Amino acid sequence: MNSRGILVGGLSFVGLGVMGFVLPQWTVFLLSLALARGLAALSVALLMRAGLVSFGQSLFFATGAYGAAFLIRLFGVREAVVLLVGAVVASMALAALAGLWIARYREIFFAMLSLAFTMILYGWLLKAYWITGGTDGMRIPPPTVLGVAWPIDRLRTVLYLVTLGCTGLALGLTHLFLEAPLGYAVRAVRDNEIRLEYLGSSVGQVVYWTYVLAAGLAGLGGVLMALNVGHVDPQLAYWTTAGEFVFITLLGGTESVLAPFLGAVLFEFFRTYALKYAPYTWQMALGGMMLLLVLFMPRGLWTLRHLRFRKAVS
Amino acid sequence: MKVILETRGLTRYFGRVVAADDLSVRIGEGERVGIVGPNGAGKTTFLNLVTGYVAPERGTIWFMGRDITGLAPRAVTRLGIARTFQVPQLYPSLTVLENALLAWAAREGRIMDPWRPLRRTAWVAPAMGLLARFGLADDAERPTYTLPEGKRKLLDVALALALRPRLLLMDEPTSGVSVREKFPLMDTLMEALAPAGVTVLFVEHDMDVVLRYAQRVLVFQGGRVVADGDPRAVLPEVSIVPSGTGMP
Repeated sequence: MNSRGILVGGLSFVGLGVMGFVLPQWTVFLLSLALARGLAALSVALLMRAGLVSFGQSLFFATGAYGAAFLIRLFGVREAVVLLVGAVVASMALAALAGLWIARYREIFFAMLSLAFTMILYGWLLKAYWITGGTDGMRIPPPTVLGVAWPIDRLRTVLYLVTLGCTGLALGLTHLFLEAPLGYAVRAVRDNEIRLEYLGSSVGQVVYWTYVLAAGLAGLGGVLMALNVGHVDPQLAYWTTAGEFVFITLLGGTESVLAPFLGAVLFEFFRTYALKYAPYTWQMALGGMMLLLVLFMPRGLWTLRHLRFRKAVS
Repeated sequence: MKVILETRGLTRYFGRVVAADDLSVRIGEGERVGIVGPNGAGKTTFLNLVTGYVAPERGTIWFMGRDITGLAPRAVTRLGIARTFQVPQLYPSLTVLENALLAWAAREGRIMDPWRPLRRTAWVAPAMGLLARFGLADDAERPTYTLPEGKRKLLDVALALALRPRLLLMDEPTSGVSVREKFPLMDTLMEALAPAGVTVLFVEHDMDVVLRYAQRVLVFQGGRVVADGDPRAVLPEVSIVPSGTGMP
Protein backbone atom coordinates (compact mmCIF):
# COMPACT_ATOMS: atom_id res chain seq x y z
CA MET A 1 0.00 0.00 0.00
CA ASN A 2 1.40 3.42 -0.92
CA SER A 3 1.08 6.63 1.12
CA ARG A 4 -2.14 7.49 -0.73
CA GLY A 5 -3.55 4.11 0.23
CA ILE A 6 -2.55 4.67 3.86
CA LEU A 7 -4.27 8.08 3.78
CA VAL A 8 -7.45 6.62 2.28
CA GLY A 9 -7.35 3.77 4.79
CA GLY A 10 -6.80 6.17 7.71
CA LEU A 11 -9.64 8.46 6.64
CA SER A 12 -11.91 5.46 6.16
CA PHE A 13 -11.21 4.40 9.72
CA VAL A 14 -11.92 7.86 11.09
CA GLY A 15 -15.14 7.84 9.08
CA LEU A 16 -16.06 4.41 10.43
CA GLY A 17 -15.32 5.65 13.95
CA VAL A 18 -17.70 8.58 13.52
CA MET A 19 -20.34 6.18 12.18
CA GLY A 20 -20.30 4.47 15.56
CA PHE A 21 -21.96 7.58 17.03
CA VAL A 22 -24.41 8.42 14.26
CA LEU A 23 -25.62 5.11 12.85
CA PRO A 24 -28.42 3.08 14.46
CA GLN A 25 -27.26 0.51 17.01
CA TRP A 26 -28.18 -2.48 14.86
CA THR A 27 -25.99 -1.14 12.04
CA VAL A 28 -23.10 -0.52 14.43
CA PHE A 29 -23.53 -4.08 15.67
CA LEU A 30 -23.43 -5.44 12.11
CA LEU A 31 -20.34 -3.39 11.36
CA SER A 32 -18.65 -4.81 14.48
CA LEU A 33 -19.42 -8.35 13.33
CA ALA A 34 -18.20 -7.51 9.83
CA LEU A 35 -14.88 -6.23 11.16
CA ALA A 36 -14.47 -9.32 13.33
CA ARG A 37 -15.15 -11.58 10.35
CA GLY A 38 -12.96 -9.34 8.22
CA LEU A 39 -10.01 -10.10 10.49
CA ALA A 40 -10.56 -13.82 9.99
CA ALA A 41 -10.88 -13.22 6.23
CA LEU A 42 -7.63 -11.24 6.34
CA SER A 43 -5.96 -14.28 7.88
CA VAL A 44 -7.31 -16.40 4.98
CA ALA A 45 -6.03 -13.78 2.51
CA LEU A 46 -2.60 -13.82 4.15
CA LEU A 47 -2.32 -17.57 3.64
CA MET A 48 -3.65 -17.22 0.09
CA ARG A 49 -0.68 -14.98 -0.66
CA ALA A 50 1.45 -18.04 0.01
CA GLY A 51 -0.80 -20.04 -2.31
CA LEU A 52 -2.47 -21.82 0.61
CA VAL A 53 -6.23 -22.02 0.96
CA SER A 54 -7.30 -22.67 4.54
CA PHE A 55 -10.71 -24.16 5.19
CA GLY A 56 -9.90 -24.16 8.87
CA GLN A 57 -9.40 -20.59 10.09
CA SER A 58 -12.53 -21.13 12.18
CA LEU A 59 -10.21 -23.19 14.42
CA PHE A 60 -8.49 -20.02 15.55
CA PHE A 61 -11.61 -17.88 15.37
CA ALA A 62 -13.27 -20.25 17.83
CA THR A 63 -10.10 -20.52 19.92
CA GLY A 64 -10.07 -16.74 20.30
CA ALA A 65 -13.73 -16.66 21.24
CA TYR A 66 -13.61 -19.62 23.64
CA GLY A 67 -10.25 -18.42 24.98
CA ALA A 68 -12.00 -15.29 26.21
CA ALA A 69 -14.88 -17.35 27.59
CA PHE A 70 -12.50 -19.56 29.57
CA LEU A 71 -10.50 -16.58 30.84
CA ILE A 72 -13.74 -15.19 32.21
CA ARG A 73 -14.99 -18.47 33.67
CA LEU A 74 -11.74 -19.85 35.08
CA PHE A 75 -9.89 -16.69 36.08
CA GLY A 76 -12.68 -14.15 36.46
CA VAL A 77 -11.07 -11.80 33.94
CA ARG A 78 -13.44 -8.99 32.89
CA GLU A 79 -11.09 -6.51 31.26
CA ALA A 80 -11.46 -6.48 27.46
CA VAL A 81 -7.77 -5.70 26.86
CA VAL A 82 -6.67 -8.76 28.86
CA LEU A 83 -9.27 -10.91 27.12
CA LEU A 84 -8.09 -9.70 23.71
CA VAL A 85 -4.41 -10.34 24.44
CA GLY A 86 -5.07 -13.68 26.13
CA ALA A 87 -7.26 -14.96 23.31
CA VAL A 88 -4.81 -13.92 20.60
CA VAL A 89 -1.94 -15.57 22.47
CA ALA A 90 -4.02 -18.76 22.85
CA SER A 91 -4.78 -18.82 19.11
CA MET A 92 -1.17 -18.26 18.16
CA ALA A 93 0.01 -20.89 20.64
CA LEU A 94 -2.39 -23.42 19.12
CA ALA A 95 -1.16 -22.49 15.64
CA ALA A 96 2.46 -22.82 16.79
CA LEU A 97 1.63 -26.41 17.72
CA ALA A 98 -0.57 -27.32 14.73
CA GLY A 99 1.80 -25.49 12.38
CA LEU A 100 4.60 -27.94 13.14
CA TRP A 101 2.58 -30.45 11.17
CA ILE A 102 0.44 -28.49 8.75
CA ALA A 103 3.24 -26.19 7.47
CA ARG A 104 4.68 -29.19 5.61
CA TYR A 105 1.63 -29.52 3.39
CA ARG A 106 0.46 -27.62 0.35
CA GLU A 107 -2.58 -27.32 -1.92
CA ILE A 108 -5.52 -29.65 -1.21
CA PHE A 109 -3.64 -31.43 1.59
CA PHE A 110 -3.20 -28.14 3.47
CA ALA A 111 -6.85 -27.25 2.89
CA MET A 112 -8.13 -30.63 4.09
CA LEU A 113 -5.82 -30.78 7.12
CA SER A 114 -6.89 -27.31 8.20
CA LEU A 115 -10.51 -28.43 7.83
CA ALA A 116 -9.79 -31.56 9.87
CA PHE A 117 -8.26 -29.55 12.71
CA THR A 118 -11.22 -27.23 13.01
CA MET A 119 -13.67 -30.13 12.94
CA ILE A 120 -11.73 -31.81 15.76
CA LEU A 121 -12.17 -28.66 17.85
CA TYR A 122 -15.84 -28.48 16.84
CA GLY A 123 -16.38 -32.07 17.96
CA TRP A 124 -14.64 -31.43 21.26
CA LEU A 125 -16.62 -28.23 21.95
CA LEU A 126 -19.80 -30.16 21.23
CA LYS A 127 -19.03 -33.24 23.33
CA ALA A 128 -17.23 -31.69 26.32
CA TYR A 129 -20.43 -29.96 27.38
CA TRP A 130 -19.55 -30.05 31.09
CA ILE A 131 -16.70 -27.64 30.27
CA THR A 132 -17.87 -25.87 27.12
CA GLY A 133 -21.63 -25.92 27.53
CA GLY A 134 -22.00 -28.09 24.43
CA THR A 135 -24.42 -26.74 21.84
CA ASP A 136 -25.62 -24.10 24.33
CA GLY A 137 -22.17 -22.56 24.35
CA MET A 138 -20.95 -20.09 26.97
CA ARG A 139 -22.08 -16.63 27.93
CA ILE A 140 -19.70 -13.69 27.74
CA PRO A 141 -20.74 -11.09 30.30
CA PRO A 142 -20.27 -7.41 29.43
CA PRO A 143 -16.56 -6.65 29.83
CA THR A 144 -14.89 -3.61 31.30
CA VAL A 145 -12.93 -1.54 28.80
CA LEU A 146 -9.75 0.12 30.13
CA GLY A 147 -11.04 -0.57 33.65
CA VAL A 148 -14.39 1.18 33.09
CA ALA A 149 -17.66 -0.73 33.40
CA TRP A 150 -19.55 1.14 30.66
CA PRO A 151 -23.33 1.48 30.97
CA ILE A 152 -25.12 -0.99 28.76
CA ASP A 153 -26.56 1.73 26.45
CA ARG A 154 -23.04 2.90 25.63
CA LEU A 155 -21.29 -0.45 25.63
CA ARG A 156 -22.31 -1.26 22.05
CA THR A 157 -20.57 1.86 20.73
CA VAL A 158 -17.55 1.34 22.99
CA LEU A 159 -17.15 -2.25 21.83
CA TYR A 160 -17.49 -1.10 18.24
CA LEU A 161 -14.68 1.40 18.78
CA VAL A 162 -12.57 -1.31 20.43
CA THR A 163 -13.25 -3.56 17.44
CA LEU A 164 -12.37 -0.78 15.03
CA GLY A 165 -9.18 0.09 16.95
CA CYS A 166 -8.06 -3.55 17.06
CA THR A 167 -8.83 -3.91 13.35
CA GLY A 168 -6.81 -0.78 12.56
CA LEU A 169 -3.88 -2.06 14.62
CA ALA A 170 -4.04 -5.49 12.99
CA LEU A 171 -4.25 -3.91 9.53
CA GLY A 172 -1.23 -1.72 10.22
CA LEU A 173 0.84 -4.63 11.50
CA THR A 174 -0.23 -6.85 8.60
CA HIS A 175 0.70 -4.09 6.15
CA LEU A 176 4.15 -3.76 7.75
CA PHE A 177 4.54 -7.53 7.61
CA LEU A 178 3.65 -7.69 3.92
CA GLU A 179 6.15 -4.95 3.06
CA ALA A 180 8.93 -6.67 5.03
CA PRO A 181 11.22 -9.42 3.67
CA LEU A 182 9.10 -12.11 5.33
CA GLY A 183 5.95 -10.71 3.69
CA TYR A 184 7.62 -10.86 0.28
CA ALA A 185 8.88 -14.34 1.10
CA VAL A 186 5.23 -15.34 1.57
CA ARG A 187 4.56 -14.35 -2.04
CA ALA A 188 7.78 -16.06 -3.04
CA VAL A 189 6.46 -19.33 -1.57
CA ARG A 190 3.47 -19.13 -3.93
CA ASP A 191 5.67 -18.18 -6.89
CA ASN A 192 8.64 -20.48 -6.51
CA GLU A 193 9.59 -22.56 -3.49
CA ILE A 194 12.71 -23.89 -5.21
CA ARG A 195 14.29 -20.48 -5.65
CA LEU A 196 13.52 -19.58 -2.04
CA GLU A 197 15.32 -22.71 -0.83
CA TYR A 198 18.23 -21.89 -3.15
CA LEU A 199 18.48 -18.47 -1.55
CA GLY A 200 19.33 -20.33 1.63
CA SER A 201 15.89 -19.78 3.17
CA SER A 202 13.53 -22.25 4.75
CA VAL A 203 10.18 -22.40 2.97
CA GLY A 204 8.83 -24.39 5.91
CA GLN A 205 9.69 -21.59 8.34
CA VAL A 206 8.09 -18.96 6.13
CA VAL A 207 4.86 -20.96 5.93
CA TYR A 208 4.99 -21.79 9.65
CA TRP A 209 5.30 -18.17 10.84
CA THR A 210 2.70 -16.97 8.34
CA TYR A 211 0.34 -19.62 9.67
CA VAL A 212 0.97 -18.47 13.26
CA LEU A 213 0.44 -14.82 12.36
CA ALA A 214 -2.73 -15.65 10.43
CA ALA A 215 -3.98 -17.55 13.49
CA GLY A 216 -3.42 -14.43 15.60
CA LEU A 217 -5.60 -12.40 13.22
CA ALA A 218 -8.36 -15.02 13.20
CA GLY A 219 -8.13 -15.33 17.00
CA LEU A 220 -8.48 -11.57 17.36
CA GLY A 221 -11.54 -11.71 15.11
CA GLY A 222 -12.95 -14.49 17.28
CA VAL A 223 -12.57 -12.71 20.59
CA LEU A 224 -14.04 -9.49 19.13
CA MET A 225 -16.99 -11.50 17.84
CA ALA A 226 -17.45 -13.03 21.31
CA LEU A 227 -17.31 -9.66 23.09
CA ASN A 228 -19.78 -8.07 20.67
CA VAL A 229 -22.25 -10.96 20.60
CA GLY A 230 -21.87 -11.82 24.30
CA HIS A 231 -22.02 -15.52 23.62
CA VAL A 232 -19.89 -18.29 22.09
CA ASP A 233 -21.02 -21.62 20.67
CA PRO A 234 -19.43 -24.51 18.73
CA GLN A 235 -20.76 -23.14 15.44
CA LEU A 236 -17.78 -20.77 15.52
CA ALA A 237 -15.51 -23.76 14.86
CA TYR A 238 -17.76 -25.45 12.30
CA TRP A 239 -16.50 -25.79 8.74
CA THR A 240 -19.23 -23.56 7.34
CA THR A 241 -17.81 -20.70 9.41
CA ALA A 242 -14.41 -21.34 7.81
CA GLY A 243 -16.17 -21.48 4.44
CA GLU A 244 -17.69 -18.06 5.13
CA PHE A 245 -14.21 -16.64 5.68
CA VAL A 246 -13.05 -18.05 2.35
CA PHE A 247 -16.22 -16.67 0.73
CA ILE A 248 -15.57 -13.21 2.19
CA THR A 249 -11.93 -13.31 1.06
CA LEU A 250 -12.93 -14.21 -2.49
CA LEU A 251 -15.63 -11.54 -2.40
CA GLY A 252 -13.24 -8.78 -1.37
CA GLY A 253 -10.05 -10.06 -2.97
CA THR A 254 -6.52 -10.50 -1.70
CA GLU A 255 -4.82 -7.60 -3.46
CA SER A 256 -4.97 -5.27 -0.47
CA VAL A 257 -5.21 -5.73 3.28
CA LEU A 258 -8.41 -3.66 3.12
CA ALA A 259 -10.08 -5.91 0.56
CA PRO A 260 -11.25 -8.64 3.00
CA PHE A 261 -13.00 -5.95 5.06
CA LEU A 262 -14.86 -4.71 2.01
CA GLY A 263 -15.93 -8.31 1.47
CA ALA A 264 -16.88 -8.74 5.12
CA VAL A 265 -19.07 -5.62 5.28
CA LEU A 266 -20.85 -6.56 2.06
CA PHE A 267 -21.28 -10.14 3.21
CA GLU A 268 -22.71 -9.13 6.57
CA PHE A 269 -25.26 -6.73 5.14
CA PHE A 270 -26.09 -8.91 2.13
CA ARG A 271 -26.74 -11.86 4.41
CA THR A 272 -28.83 -9.82 6.81
CA TYR A 273 -31.06 -8.47 4.05
CA ALA A 274 -31.11 -11.80 2.22
CA LEU A 275 -32.31 -13.45 5.45
CA LYS A 276 -34.99 -10.80 5.84
CA TYR A 277 -36.34 -10.81 2.30
CA ALA A 278 -35.59 -14.38 1.27
CA PRO A 279 -35.50 -16.40 4.51
CA TYR A 280 -35.73 -19.74 2.71
CA THR A 281 -33.49 -19.03 -0.24
CA TRP A 282 -30.85 -16.72 1.18
CA GLN A 283 -28.10 -19.34 0.73
CA MET A 284 -29.09 -19.58 -2.92
CA ALA A 285 -28.70 -15.81 -3.15
CA LEU A 286 -25.20 -16.09 -1.66
CA GLY A 287 -24.36 -18.85 -4.14
CA GLY A 288 -25.60 -16.68 -7.01
CA MET A 289 -23.46 -13.85 -5.74
CA MET A 290 -20.39 -16.09 -5.72
CA LEU A 291 -21.20 -17.34 -9.20
CA LEU A 292 -21.35 -13.78 -10.57
CA LEU A 293 -18.14 -12.95 -8.78
CA VAL A 294 -16.23 -15.91 -10.21
CA LEU A 295 -17.53 -15.13 -13.70
CA PHE A 296 -17.02 -11.39 -13.78
CA MET A 297 -14.58 -10.48 -10.99
CA PRO A 298 -12.46 -13.53 -10.15
CA ARG A 299 -9.98 -11.39 -8.22
CA GLY A 300 -12.67 -9.91 -6.00
CA LEU A 301 -14.50 -6.62 -5.66
CA TRP A 302 -11.28 -4.79 -4.89
CA THR A 303 -10.51 -4.91 -8.61
CA LEU A 304 -13.32 -2.37 -9.14
CA ARG A 305 -10.76 0.12 -7.95
CA HIS A 306 -8.64 -0.49 -11.05
CA LEU A 307 -11.72 -0.18 -13.24
CA ARG A 308 -12.39 3.27 -11.84
CA PHE A 309 -8.77 4.29 -12.46
CA ARG A 310 -8.84 2.96 -16.01
CA LYS A 311 -11.99 4.98 -16.73
CA ALA A 312 -10.38 8.07 -15.23
CA VAL A 313 -7.30 7.61 -17.40
CA SER A 314 -9.26 7.02 -20.60
CA MET B 1 45.52 -24.90 -6.89
CA LYS B 2 43.30 -25.14 -3.83
CA VAL B 3 40.46 -27.60 -4.30
CA ILE B 4 37.06 -25.98 -3.64
CA LEU B 5 34.80 -28.89 -4.60
CA GLU B 6 35.51 -32.59 -4.58
CA THR B 7 33.23 -35.55 -5.10
CA ARG B 8 34.37 -39.07 -4.21
CA GLY B 9 32.67 -42.11 -5.70
CA LEU B 10 29.34 -40.34 -6.15
CA THR B 11 26.67 -42.78 -7.26
CA ARG B 12 23.01 -42.24 -7.96
CA TYR B 13 20.46 -44.35 -9.82
CA PHE B 14 16.97 -43.42 -10.98
CA GLY B 15 15.39 -46.85 -11.29
CA ARG B 16 17.75 -48.70 -13.67
CA VAL B 17 19.19 -45.51 -15.10
CA VAL B 18 22.67 -44.64 -13.86
CA ALA B 19 22.76 -40.87 -13.39
CA ALA B 20 26.05 -40.78 -11.48
CA ASP B 21 28.39 -43.73 -11.60
CA ASP B 22 31.23 -43.64 -9.09
CA LEU B 23 31.82 -40.01 -9.99
CA SER B 24 35.02 -38.48 -8.63
CA VAL B 25 35.70 -34.87 -9.61
CA ARG B 26 37.95 -32.15 -8.22
CA ILE B 27 37.36 -28.47 -8.99
CA GLY B 28 40.01 -25.90 -8.17
CA GLU B 29 39.23 -22.49 -6.68
CA GLY B 30 38.74 -19.83 -9.34
CA GLU B 31 38.35 -22.32 -12.20
CA ARG B 32 35.78 -21.87 -14.93
CA VAL B 33 34.65 -25.36 -15.84
CA GLY B 34 32.23 -26.43 -18.56
CA ILE B 35 30.31 -29.69 -18.36
CA VAL B 36 29.21 -31.26 -21.64
CA GLY B 37 27.61 -34.54 -22.59
CA PRO B 38 24.55 -36.03 -24.27
CA ASN B 39 21.08 -35.93 -22.75
CA GLY B 40 20.89 -38.34 -19.83
CA ALA B 41 24.66 -38.27 -19.23
CA GLY B 42 24.17 -37.05 -15.66
CA LYS B 43 25.17 -33.39 -16.00
CA THR B 44 22.17 -31.87 -14.23
CA THR B 45 22.11 -34.74 -11.75
CA PHE B 46 25.67 -33.81 -10.84
CA LEU B 47 24.53 -30.24 -10.05
CA ASN B 48 21.52 -31.60 -8.16
CA LEU B 49 23.75 -33.88 -6.10
CA VAL B 50 26.22 -31.12 -5.23
CA THR B 51 23.47 -28.69 -4.24
CA GLY B 52 21.55 -31.23 -2.16
CA TYR B 53 18.49 -31.42 -4.42
CA VAL B 54 18.95 -35.17 -4.62
CA ALA B 55 20.96 -37.33 -2.24
CA PRO B 56 23.62 -39.76 -3.48
CA GLU B 57 23.23 -43.48 -2.83
CA ARG B 58 26.98 -43.76 -2.34
CA GLY B 59 29.91 -41.41 -2.20
CA THR B 60 30.67 -38.09 -0.57
CA ILE B 61 30.75 -34.42 -1.55
CA TRP B 62 33.35 -32.06 -0.07
CA PHE B 63 33.17 -28.28 -0.29
CA MET B 64 36.14 -26.29 0.97
CA GLY B 65 37.29 -29.26 3.01
CA ARG B 66 33.86 -29.88 4.57
CA ASP B 67 31.68 -32.92 3.96
CA ILE B 68 28.35 -31.57 2.67
CA THR B 69 26.85 -34.90 1.62
CA GLY B 70 23.13 -35.06 2.40
CA LEU B 71 22.75 -31.40 3.36
CA ALA B 72 19.54 -29.64 2.27
CA PRO B 73 19.76 -27.11 -0.58
CA ARG B 74 19.38 -24.16 1.81
CA ALA B 75 22.23 -25.43 4.00
CA VAL B 76 24.44 -25.93 0.95
CA THR B 77 23.56 -22.44 -0.26
CA ARG B 78 24.43 -20.92 3.09
CA LEU B 79 27.87 -22.53 2.87
CA GLY B 80 28.59 -20.68 -0.37
CA ILE B 81 27.28 -22.73 -3.29
CA ALA B 82 24.71 -20.99 -5.47
CA ARG B 83 23.05 -22.32 -8.59
CA THR B 84 20.96 -21.33 -11.55
CA PHE B 85 18.59 -23.48 -13.52
CA GLN B 86 17.91 -24.52 -17.09
CA VAL B 87 14.49 -22.92 -16.67
CA PRO B 88 15.16 -19.70 -14.69
CA GLN B 89 13.75 -19.96 -11.18
CA LEU B 90 12.36 -16.53 -10.39
CA TYR B 91 9.41 -14.93 -8.63
CA PRO B 92 7.16 -14.02 -11.57
CA SER B 93 4.65 -11.93 -9.60
CA LEU B 94 7.36 -9.69 -8.12
CA THR B 95 9.21 -6.97 -9.97
CA VAL B 96 12.82 -7.47 -11.06
CA LEU B 97 14.01 -5.22 -8.24
CA GLU B 98 11.91 -7.09 -5.67
CA ASN B 99 13.49 -10.34 -6.87
CA ALA B 100 16.93 -8.83 -6.35
CA LEU B 101 15.97 -7.35 -2.98
CA LEU B 102 14.71 -10.68 -1.75
CA ALA B 103 18.04 -12.22 -2.73
CA TRP B 104 19.78 -9.35 -0.96
CA ALA B 105 17.72 -10.00 2.18
CA ALA B 106 18.81 -13.64 1.98
CA ARG B 107 22.45 -12.55 1.63
CA GLU B 108 22.07 -10.45 4.79
CA GLY B 109 20.34 -13.33 6.59
CA ARG B 110 17.24 -11.14 7.07
CA ILE B 111 14.63 -12.95 5.04
CA MET B 112 12.66 -13.78 8.19
CA ASP B 113 12.50 -10.10 9.19
CA PRO B 114 8.77 -9.46 9.71
CA TRP B 115 8.67 -5.67 10.24
CA ARG B 116 11.32 -3.55 8.52
CA PRO B 117 10.60 -2.88 4.84
CA LEU B 118 12.23 -4.88 2.08
CA ARG B 119 12.64 -1.71 0.01
CA ARG B 120 15.02 -0.14 2.49
CA THR B 121 17.58 2.38 1.26
CA ALA B 122 20.53 0.31 2.44
CA TRP B 123 19.47 -2.55 0.17
CA VAL B 124 17.94 -0.79 -2.85
CA ALA B 125 21.21 0.87 -3.95
CA PRO B 126 23.35 -2.30 -3.97
CA ALA B 127 20.49 -4.34 -5.49
CA MET B 128 20.21 -1.78 -8.30
CA GLY B 129 23.99 -1.98 -8.69
CA LEU B 130 23.73 -5.73 -9.05
CA LEU B 131 20.99 -5.40 -11.67
CA ALA B 132 23.08 -2.81 -13.52
CA ARG B 133 25.97 -5.28 -13.76
CA PHE B 134 23.63 -7.63 -15.59
CA GLY B 135 22.11 -4.89 -17.76
CA LEU B 136 18.78 -5.13 -15.94
CA ALA B 137 18.63 -1.73 -14.23
CA ASP B 138 16.12 -0.34 -16.74
CA ASP B 139 13.82 -3.29 -16.05
CA ALA B 140 13.91 -2.87 -12.26
CA GLU B 141 10.24 -2.01 -11.80
CA ARG B 142 9.01 -4.39 -14.46
CA PRO B 143 7.06 -7.49 -13.37
CA THR B 144 9.37 -10.46 -13.82
CA TYR B 145 6.84 -12.48 -15.82
CA THR B 146 7.10 -9.92 -18.63
CA LEU B 147 10.88 -10.38 -19.11
CA PRO B 148 12.20 -12.07 -22.27
CA GLU B 149 14.06 -15.36 -21.78
CA GLY B 150 17.57 -13.89 -22.10
CA LYS B 151 16.91 -11.38 -19.34
CA ARG B 152 15.28 -14.04 -17.19
CA LYS B 153 18.50 -16.06 -17.48
CA LEU B 154 20.54 -13.04 -16.45
CA LEU B 155 18.27 -12.33 -13.49
CA ASP B 156 18.55 -15.97 -12.41
CA VAL B 157 22.33 -15.58 -12.26
CA ALA B 158 22.05 -12.18 -10.58
CA LEU B 159 19.95 -13.70 -7.78
CA ALA B 160 22.53 -16.43 -7.29
CA LEU B 161 25.41 -13.97 -7.36
CA ALA B 162 23.71 -11.70 -4.80
CA LEU B 163 24.43 -14.42 -2.25
CA ARG B 164 28.22 -13.89 -2.61
CA PRO B 165 28.82 -17.55 -3.47
CA ARG B 166 32.26 -19.14 -3.59
CA LEU B 167 31.03 -21.61 -6.18
CA LEU B 168 28.38 -20.93 -8.82
CA LEU B 169 26.75 -23.80 -10.68
CA MET B 170 24.88 -22.83 -13.85
CA ASP B 171 22.65 -25.27 -15.68
CA GLU B 172 22.59 -24.47 -19.41
CA PRO B 173 22.80 -20.68 -19.15
CA THR B 174 22.22 -20.26 -22.90
CA SER B 175 19.36 -22.71 -23.40
CA GLY B 176 16.19 -21.13 -24.74
CA VAL B 177 18.18 -18.16 -26.02
CA SER B 178 18.54 -17.47 -29.75
CA VAL B 179 21.88 -18.26 -31.45
CA ARG B 180 22.45 -14.55 -32.02
CA GLU B 181 21.98 -13.73 -28.33
CA LYS B 182 24.12 -16.52 -26.88
CA PHE B 183 27.50 -14.82 -26.96
CA PRO B 184 26.26 -11.38 -25.82
CA LEU B 185 24.46 -13.15 -22.96
CA MET B 186 27.58 -15.08 -21.96
CA ASP B 187 29.73 -11.95 -22.29
CA THR B 188 27.40 -10.08 -19.92
CA LEU B 189 27.40 -13.04 -17.54
CA MET B 190 31.15 -13.48 -17.47
CA GLU B 191 31.79 -9.74 -17.12
CA ALA B 192 29.44 -9.66 -14.14
CA LEU B 193 31.01 -12.76 -12.60
CA ALA B 194 34.65 -11.72 -13.09
CA PRO B 195 34.90 -9.15 -10.25
CA ALA B 196 33.24 -11.59 -7.84
CA GLY B 197 36.15 -14.04 -8.20
CA VAL B 198 33.70 -16.89 -8.03
CA THR B 199 34.46 -20.43 -9.20
CA VAL B 200 32.09 -21.28 -12.04
CA LEU B 201 30.83 -24.66 -13.17
CA PHE B 202 28.38 -24.60 -16.05
CA VAL B 203 26.52 -27.25 -17.99
CA GLU B 204 26.36 -26.43 -21.69
CA HIS B 205 25.32 -28.04 -24.96
CA ASP B 206 26.87 -25.44 -27.24
CA MET B 207 30.52 -26.40 -27.83
CA ASP B 208 31.37 -22.92 -29.11
CA VAL B 209 30.25 -21.45 -25.80
CA VAL B 210 32.38 -23.98 -23.90
CA LEU B 211 35.41 -23.32 -26.10
CA ARG B 212 35.10 -19.60 -25.60
CA TYR B 213 34.27 -19.35 -21.89
CA ALA B 214 35.57 -22.47 -20.12
CA GLN B 215 39.16 -23.04 -19.02
CA ARG B 216 38.45 -26.71 -18.47
CA VAL B 217 35.83 -29.13 -19.69
CA LEU B 218 34.38 -32.29 -18.16
CA VAL B 219 32.76 -34.65 -20.63
CA PHE B 220 29.98 -36.74 -19.06
CA GLN B 221 28.70 -40.01 -20.49
CA GLY B 222 26.53 -42.57 -18.68
CA GLY B 223 27.05 -40.88 -15.33
CA ARG B 224 30.83 -40.90 -15.65
CA VAL B 225 33.47 -38.38 -16.61
CA VAL B 226 34.99 -39.77 -19.82
CA ALA B 227 37.27 -36.83 -20.60
CA ASP B 228 38.68 -33.94 -18.59
CA GLY B 229 41.01 -31.15 -19.69
CA ASP B 230 41.49 -28.04 -21.77
CA PRO B 231 38.42 -27.61 -24.05
CA ARG B 232 40.62 -26.93 -27.11
CA ALA B 233 42.39 -30.23 -26.57
CA VAL B 234 39.49 -32.34 -25.35
CA LEU B 235 36.51 -31.31 -27.46
CA PRO B 236 37.96 -32.16 -30.91
CA GLU B 237 38.78 -35.64 -29.58
CA VAL B 238 35.35 -36.59 -28.26
CA SER B 239 32.07 -37.11 -29.98
CA ILE B 240 28.94 -36.38 -28.00
CA VAL B 241 26.64 -39.32 -28.66
CA PRO B 242 23.12 -37.90 -28.50
CA SER B 243 21.45 -41.09 -27.29
CA GLY B 244 23.04 -42.12 -23.98
CA THR B 245 20.54 -42.52 -21.17
CA GLY B 246 23.02 -44.25 -18.90
CA MET B 247 20.91 -47.40 -19.03
CA PRO B 248 23.18 -50.40 -18.36
